[in-house]
Amino acid sequence: MPQDGTQAAGAAGQQPRITLVDVSLRDGSHAVGHQFTSDQVARVAAALDRARVPVFEVSHGDGLGGSSLQYGFSREPDMEWLRAAVQNAPNTRVSVLLLPGIGTRRELRQAVELGATVARIATHCTEADIAPQHIALAREMGMTVCGFLMMAHMLPPAELARQARIMEDAGAHVVYVVDSAGALLVEEARERVQALRDALQCEVGFHGHNNLGLGVANTIAALEAGATWLDGSLCGLGAGAGNTQLEVLAAVLDRMGIDTGVDVYGAMDAAEEVVKPILPRPIVIDRDALVIGYAGVYSSFLLHARRAAERFGVEARDILMELGRRRTVGGQEDQIIQVAYELAQRSGARTGP
Amino acid sequence: MAVGVGILGSGNIGTDLMYKVLRNPHLHLRMLAGIDPASEGLARARALGVPTSTAGIDAILADPEIRIVFDATSAHAHLKHAPLLKEAGKLAIDLTPASVGPPVVPAIPRPEDAWPDNISMATCGAQATVPIVYAIGRAAAVDYAEIVATIASKSAGPGTRQNIDEFTVATARALERVGGAARGKAIIILNPAEPPIMMTNTIYALVPSVDEKELAGSVEAMVQEIQRYVPGYRLKVPPLVADAPGGDGRLVTVMLEVEGAGDFLPRYAGNLDIMTAAAVRVAEQLAASGRAAA
Repeated sequence: MPQDGTQAAGAAGQQPRITLVDVSLRDGSHAVGHQFTSDQVARVAAALDRARVPVFEVSHGDGLGGSSLQYGFSREPDMEWLRAAVQNAPNTRVSVLLLPGIGTRRELRQAVELGATVARIATHCTEADIAPQHIALAREMGMTVCGFLMMAHMLPPAELARQARIMEDAGAHVVYVVDSAGALLVEEARERVQALRDALQCEVGFHGHNNLGLGVANTIAALEAGATWLDGSLCGLGAGAGNTQLEVLAAVLDRMGIDTGVDVYGAMDAAEEVVKPILPRPIVIDRDALVIGYAGVYSSFLLHARRAAERFGVEARDILMELGRRRTVGGQEDQIIQVAYELAQRSGARTGP
Repeated sequence: MAVGVGILGSGNIGTDLMYKVLRNPHLHLRMLAGIDPASEGLARARALGVPTSTAGIDAILADPEIRIVFDATSAHAHLKHAPLLKEAGKLAIDLTPASVGPPVVPAIPRPEDAWPDNISMATCGAQATVPIVYAIGRAAAVDYAEIVATIASKSAGPGTRQNIDEFTVATARALERVGGAARGKAIIILNPAEPPIMMTNTIYALVPSVDEKELAGSVEAMVQEIQRYVPGYRLKVPPLVADAPGGDGRLVTVMLEVEGAGDFLPRYAGNLDIMTAAAVRVAEQLAASGRAAA
């Protein structure tokens, strides 16, 4: 049974309604180098509201407080984006992302004051026990809380479920299987969601990336295994080859006869008319994005690896494969510089800018 | 003459401290005090002939010959211990995240007469990175310093995990107060790879301009200074200088690795080793300053 606080709960005994969550203004932040303007945020938020998307997320790509030299400075503070989003989406619940170790409870409190009502607390999939402080605070403040287990491909299903239990015990209403690297095969996505579904009382979510072209397919497999919170983004705007494409997912779910409350035409219009014009480049599975899924590295490494490749005169693909071999986790963008530096030293290429 | 010291807390940190203190000619370990009779640390101490007690702080307070006390318990416990130690006229070196006293990094010079009676070792991230920010600051004004500390999951105990906000806040504060940056930010990442990774640290600094030769020399000198008490402290990427994002000023990037001495803690836990090694170094400096004899 879903716990109190989730909107998705139906009448007793019924399957909870599917909750679609748009991440264009958070995961999409990676794809635009964290350069959204408040005006762009306002327009996307209004379009999502018109399309009756129930929840969307707004934050620096690496969560509240992510604006940094390590991940890239935001053009405007997260809180300005959040203000613009809340003001322009009266019918939609606004979510924020927080990674303990990067953001703190201070930013979470600020976000609540500005009107955020959903919090997603994200850790690497083996480190759930750094999240309870933040999950508890978000709950105390009346938010709907999602635990977000990133890089879920790096952990077998049973172990992932044990980590999910830590988040549920801390008070999460939903725990997500997060395929940050877009590396999960369909069966692997299904098994992980199934393991969480079997182990937890709370709802289960799935967040996909399209690096292997499996964004929508994995999300449907997750749904069939019991996931009820499903992430996507308009035009797929997100890190790596982008996220599960939200307007496509909405259409597929509609064809499957699943009512999400989202207006399929509205989602298409929001993607085509509002997000497509602000894409810095087409969100496609190019060589480097494919390598991210293939090597199983964090999707937001894509643009950082390209910049480092240019700076040190090495190949982005070589950097990404080496990062996979070193078992790097989300947030280790500094390792991209170190690997590029070492590859350049080895090959005798340029050693600096 | 060696100064009498006591260690409070017989867990991993207290035990590792014991080995380092026993090796140090300027310090005389008078007691390892814990509260758990079954503690492995106390058993090891007994085997080495070190006096032990399970009476915790009371045992330490009862020995007037103990001048310096390492507190390796918890933040919560140190808040109780701090006033008692002060009242007894003992100097406290605090390895918990309590932040009662000001943060001290032993590689950074300080005036002889400016030793407080309660010294916070801040965080492992601060011990590893603040000196580099200070070294960059000798070559250029640091407008903003940001550090990323990545540690092996296995080396992060419950104390770190339950106080992760306190870690980032205390580290950022030390970058400013001790490192001299106008503004500081800290990020911590846990990596579960097997075999466990060494602690790695990245230091970014924004400066208006910098003489690269002077910068490299200053950072190298600081690395050598830290190696005097943490031999496994190594530069992985020497200072790289590039245009700052946005084009205003310069961005300095330095990367380093910390391998532990392996006294009691495993070698990959350089994050814990740099805390105990720095704490012992501070005690040595206190002993040399005459402050401990007061």
